[in-house]
This record gives sequence, structure tokens and C-alpha cells, in this order.
Amino acid sequence: MSTLAIKDLHVSIETEQGSKEILKGVTLTIKSGEIHAIMGPNGSGKSTLASTIAGHPRYKVTSGTITLDDLDVLEMSVDERARAGLFLAMQYPVEVPGVTMTNFLRTAKTAIDGEAPKLRTWAKDVRGAMEKLKIDADFANRNVNEGFSGGEKKRVEILQMELFRPKFAVLDETDSGLDIDALRVVSDGVNRAHSENDMGTLLITHYTRILNYITPQFVHVFVDGRVAEQGGPELADELEANGYDRFLAPAQA
Amino acid sequence: MTNSASADQAEQVAGVEVGEARITIPGMSEEGENLATAHEETEHSHGGLGESTVKAKSGGSRADRTTSLNVADFAVPTGREEEWRFSPLKKLGRVLSDAATQTPVTLKVRNTATGVTHGELALAQSPRGTVFLAADRAAVVGYSQTQTADHIKVAANTELSEPIFLDITGEAAGHRANGHIVLEAGNHSKAVFVMEHRGSADANLNVEVIVRDGADVTVVSLQRWDEDAVHVGQQDAEVGRDAKYKHVSITLGGEVVRLNSNVRYSAEGGEASMYGLYFADAGQHLEHRSFVDHNSPRNSSNVLYKGALQGQDARTVWVGDVLIRKAAEGTDSYEKNQNLILTDGARADSIPNLEIETGLIEGAGHASSTGRFDENHLFYLMARGIPEKEARQLVVRGFLNEIVQAIGVESIEDTVQQDLENELKIAGF
Repeated sequence: MSTLAIKDLHVSIETEQGSKEILKGVTLTIKSGEIHAIMGPNGSGKSTLASTIAGHPRYKVTSGTITLDDLDVLEMSVDERARAGLFLAMQYPVEVPGVTMTNFLRTAKTAIDGEAPKLRTWAKDVRGAMEKLKIDADFANRNVNEGFSGGEKKRVEILQMELFRPKFAVLDETDSGLDIDALRVVSDGVNRAHSENDMGTLLITHYTRILNYITPQFVHVFVDGRVAEQGGPELADELEANGYDRFLAPAQA
Repeated sequence: MTNSASADQAEQVAGVEVGEARITIPGMSEEGENLATAHEETEHSHGGLGESTVKAKSGGSRADRTTSLNVADFAVPTGREEEWRFSPLKKLGRVLSDAATQTPVTLKVRNTATGVTHGELALAQSPRGTVFLAADRAAVVGYSQTQTADHIKVAANTELSEPIFLDITGEAAGHRANGHIVLEAGNHSKAVFVMEHRGSADANLNVEVIVRDGADVTVVSLQRWDEDAVHVGQQDAEVGRDAKYKHVSITLGGEVVRLNSNVRYSAEGGEASMYGLYFADAGQHLEHRSFVDHNSPRNSSNVLYKGALQGQDARTVWVGDVLIRKAAEGTDSYEKNQNLILTDGARADSIPNLEIETGLIEGAGHASSTGRFDENHLFYLMARGIPEKEARQLVVRGFLNEIVQAIGVESIEDTVQQDLENELKIAGF
């Protein structure tokens, strides 16, 4: 059992107009096996939270803490965080020219496990995971994300999540831009990792659609860099019915 | 227009100084280096029905450039000419003079398959000069000073399973060597030509490639010269109806290399791709210019050149001209150049020029980027647990590998990869 704990997190980015605070005190605790959905309107800071957990250099933590059990995540480099068991399924996975998926997956798996995966079982694992996610076998020979459609990129993110077996995964709007079939395939992948590896999940989404396939125990509504409201799955239902207006109204007044 | 990535912003194409003002500013070599720390990419697309005609703005239209086989039509360049302003003319003087060969390069042709012949062509003997059109002083003196050209011909309907290797060796450093090779692929033939340059010379070597209708031709030009070699050359191709042409230029060796790779079409349905990879070390000047002349309708082109630079005064130039003439309706074209600056003190110039004279095209895009590592690539790999040093190694190899993968000849890909490994060791990657 592991715990990812975020306490009073304040995060800023540098803009041309100077430093801008995006997260204004976020507190959140996720345990192994739990699924938390973070919902909120555009610009509320959801993706900033995801990138900050992963350690993207653009985001500066001005105060607060992120810990993984007894480890200080904020003290760790990007690669150290991944090796410690954190995974970020990115909203916009980048293309890495000239690096084949096969090479990339093996290199990353070796780095995360600290030893090279056994050749025969690894090839089988990769093939099997690709089949389950309905990724064409040919993708293994292609360069990382190069020429993949939006939906293909998202599936490949989930492929990595299944192969690397992180303790905690942050899914940054993985559902955006997916058609219903792809959404189901991706959701199945998340549910598999959840049940097989007891993975803790932070599911960041703008829409309630994915929650038909992945059932969160906790729902957090993000507004203006803070958690505005927390609840169970019923909160998502309410958002489905009423949208974010209730949360935005005071800010606009 | 001469669209150096759009008029007023033409002064900067993704961190690299380009445009007219550039060479008048002293000390630019440092500027190029500083600008390179940011990695950005500019991307432009033009096309679709009804786009207004874009007119030449500066430097004149590529269509107006002199082409001739007569030496008298080209003055000795001063360095102010558009096509010479980036080139080290002092070092190139020896290959720009209207001078005969002192010590010829040797040419060994490997591939004795049926359907391949190796003959000779005198100065005005067809098909020599039917495709080649000298576009600068270097090309014209090299052409006219080569009395006997080599003519490698693949007969019509011949599909070669093995490449034709042309081993070209410079035999004497500092000695002028002129040469002209005519590669001819008959109708519906399929062939890969690999020209590998080694040794040293003051080489002025031109190539013309005749791609007949329905043929599928790859030409790989490998520059593995010794470090004191000078090489100028123009490699022209004409692509026939429904034919395919791929040109890959890999430049690793030589003190100064300046290659023009040009393509035009004789009919419709042709596909041309031009790839380039160059790796400049301290003191090297590697210059590549590509010109796609969309002179007839419904042809496509794709140009991708990539470079890496390391060491003091490592210098690269890429100028990519694409001209879509009025007649070339239905054209689809794209060109891109990317440079990776590995150390301080290096400078890359990158100038995509796109001229469009008809709005009735499928597409025309160009992109250019020069910089250090792409931080987004690094972040992605590191976010998967890969340590920074290893991530950098993957990114830089991947960057270069994209062109290596385009060669399509396994034995050559392997040796190029080994050469790149040796280059990367120099800067500690």
C-alpha cells in the first residue's frame, strides 16, 4: 500500500508578464487502488497539477509538498519520479523522431526496473498489451508517436502505463479527442492496471463521459487553482446535469 | 515571393538569422550560437484553392536565376551574390576557376548485373546535358572542363535487387579534379545508385540523373572525404511521368562541401524526395542547397535536411528553394530543415524559400528549426524513467536516424550509423 500525498501545493509559471500563480493551495491524498477524478473547467489548473507531479520544468512549486510514501517527490528529477513509480499519461504526447517504439519501450522498462526485461517474455508482454489496446503490431517498428493519430497516441500512453506498472498514474485528459470505441479500449486498460497492479489513479478530465467506463471513488472539482468541492461519484452526475456554472458564477460576479 | 519564412519575420527563422540583413552585421557567428539556445519551429502552410499568388519579394525569383552550359554566362563570384553569400570563397577559389583537371578522381563502379552499362559521353553527346543545367559558376566550369563524362545506364524494365555502387576517390589533396556523371534509368526500371566520395581533392563533380517514365530511382551521395578535401557539385534530376526519385545526401567529411541538389519534372505524376544529413565539426563548412522546380502539374515533392554541429566554427548552410510555377497546378510540396547545435561556437543558417505562382495546388509547406535539444523530447523520455544523459543520447541519435532510415540500403545505413557514433563521441554524446 502506497500513498501519494499533495499538501497545500502552490505552483507558478513564468510568463512574459511575470510570474503567474496557477495552483493556489491544492491538497489531495491518493492511496493504492483508489481512483480519483479531477474535473473542472478549462484553465482551472488540472493539467498544471499533472505536469507538476511529473516534474515538468516549466512549473515552479513555490510552496507545499508532494510525497510518495516517505519520499519527497519535489526533490526528485523527472526520471527519478518515474522510476519511483509515478506515471503521467500526457495530454499531448510528443513525437520523438528516429526512436522506434520498440527501442523506447525497452529502454524505459530497463530504466524503471533497474534491469533489462527478459527478451522473450518482454516481446510477448508488449505484443499482448498492444493487442488488448487494439494497437497494430506494426506500431512497434514506428518512431515514438510519429504520425500517430490523436487516439493512437493516447492508446500508446496507456500501453506504456500497462507495461511499466506504475504505483500511481496521472491521466491528463486522456479521454479528450477519443471516439467511443477508443474511449472504451483506453478505459479497459486503466481498469486492468487498476485491478492487476493495485494502481492508484488520478483521472483528470473535462468531461464526465469517461466516468461511464471508469468509476472513481472520489471526485474533486477544480476551480481557479483550488479544489472547490469534493465528493463521491454522485458529484460527477451532478456536473453532468448542471455543468460547471455553479462553480464559476461567483468568480464572474 | 522569396518567402524566407514570411517577409518581415524573415530575419529569424526559428532562432537562426536569415534574410538580407544578416551578412551585413559583423560578428554574426556568435549571434547564431546564442540564438540557437532556443528551440522553436516555424511552420507555414500554403495551399488550397483560391490562394492569391505570392510574388517575389527579395533576392529575385528562383525562376530568374541564370542557367547555362556556357562559362561566359557566369562571372567569378564576389560573395555578394545570393547563391554565394554564405560560402567561404577563399577556400572555394580553386574549384571556381575555369581550370582543367590536375589529378582526376577515380571512379569504380560496382554492380555487374544484366541491364547495367557503363559508358562514356563527350561534351555535347546526348543524353549528357539534357537534364543538367549549370546554375552557378562552380557547376559550369566543372561541366565544361570535363571532356569525358561517365554514363551509367540501367536498361528499361530492369529492376535491380542490389545497388550500383560508385566509389569515387580523390587521389591528391589540393589538386583540381573535374568530373561529370550521368545516371540514366530507363522506363519502368528500378535502381539505387550509391556514390561514395573518399580521399581528398579539389573536387568539382556534377551529376545528372535521368529518371525516365515510371522509373524508381534512389541516388545516395555520401561525402566521406578526408578533412582537407574541397567538394562542389550540382546534382540535377529530371523526373519522368509517374516516376519516383529519391535523393539522399550524407555529408560527414571534407573541409568545405557545397552541394546543390535539384529536381524538376518532365511530365505529371512524379514523386521526388530529397533527404540530407550533415554533421559539421570544428572548422568544417558544409553547405547544401536544394531546389525543387515544380514546372509541370500534379507532381509532389518532399525535402527534409537535418544537420548536427559541434566545435568552434563548425558551419552549415541549408537553402531550400521550392518554385511552384504557374503551370504546376495540383502540386503537393513540403520542405523542412532542422539543425541540432551540440556545442558552443557553431553556426547553422537555414533558409527555406517558397515561391508559389498558382493557387491551384494541393499544398506547399515549409519549416525550419535550429537549436539545442528539444526539451519536450527530453521531458517525454525522462518522464518514462530514462535518465537525462541516456535521454539525450536517444534524442540526438533519433534526430539523425530519421535520415539514416531514409537511405534504404542496409549496408550503408550501418556504416553511416557507425560514423555518426564516432562523431558523437567527440562532443561526449
